[in-house]
Amino acid sequence: MAEIQRHDNRLGIWGWLGGGRWGIERYAYILHRLTGLGILLYFLMHIVVTSLRARGIYLWVEGGFFHRPIFKVGEFLVFAAFAYHAFNGVRLVLVELGFAVGKPIEPVYPYKTSLNVQRPLLIVMMILAAIFLAVGGYEFLGLAK
Amino acid sequence: MRETKYWTWHMAAGVVILFLLGVHMVTMHLGGITHWFAPAGGEAISQANILFRDGRLFFTVTYILLLGVALYHGLYGLRTILFELTLKPAVEKAISFVLLVVGLGLFGLGTWAAITVHTIAIAGIRG
Repeated sequence: MAEIQRHDNRLGIWGWLGGGRWGIERYAYILHRLTGLGILLYFLMHIVVTSLRARGIYLWVEGGFFHRPIFKVGEFLVFAAFAYHAFNGVRLVLVELGFAVGKPIEPVYPYKTSLNVQRPLLIVMMILAAIFLAVGGYEFLGLAK
Repeated sequence: MRETKYWTWHMAAGVVILFLLGVHMVTMHLGGITHWFAPAGGEAISQANILFRDGRLFFTVTYILLLGVALYHGLYGLRTILFELTLKPAVEKAISFVLLVVGLGLFGLGTWAAITVHTIAIAGIRG
């Protein structure tokens, strides 16, 4: 079995971050990666911090080190990153599996792009992420008590 | 072909995380609205509510499952991003090795902690 052929990334880190004129889906992809890296960093620390409770150390309960307002803000940022990453991730899986991209057609000028077909999916997912984020914001601001 | 298999696992892990982390997020961060799995009232992260969840086998099993799939999804995602820098094969091997060791180490730590706190909660040592 042949391995996947990869192309040289001559642009380096700009090849990751640069969206150019590739459209909003390309920027959604960049943000997906950035939020993924942020969540991963938090998650690795979260494993260590929450594992401390096996030794009776609860750093996040009232009076604990991580119960301060600054960490509450950080926690909301992680929540926002999760909301975006999760809903955009659903979109990416659906597109990867061939859903919501339309049927293959002959390339007849003026060419149609599948991006126009999948754009509504992006909009729906971003609306769902925004609703989830708004509900989370309501909770984080302490309005749900 | 092997990378295609790993990528498929990465996507499948994402779907599993969507459900497990979704429940975790709703429980921990929307507790004021849902009041899920927080019988002691107050914050979902209070020690009493944590002890309640730690004592349930369902949470112990799903924590360990979530830990495993999230570590795989996250570290494989990081590996994919790093490999796009067109690295030398030796560097790629070293990165894969380091990420594997970090992943297994954190999985071991988290699993040990989940089982330990479950045992403690059942025994009622901390109230």
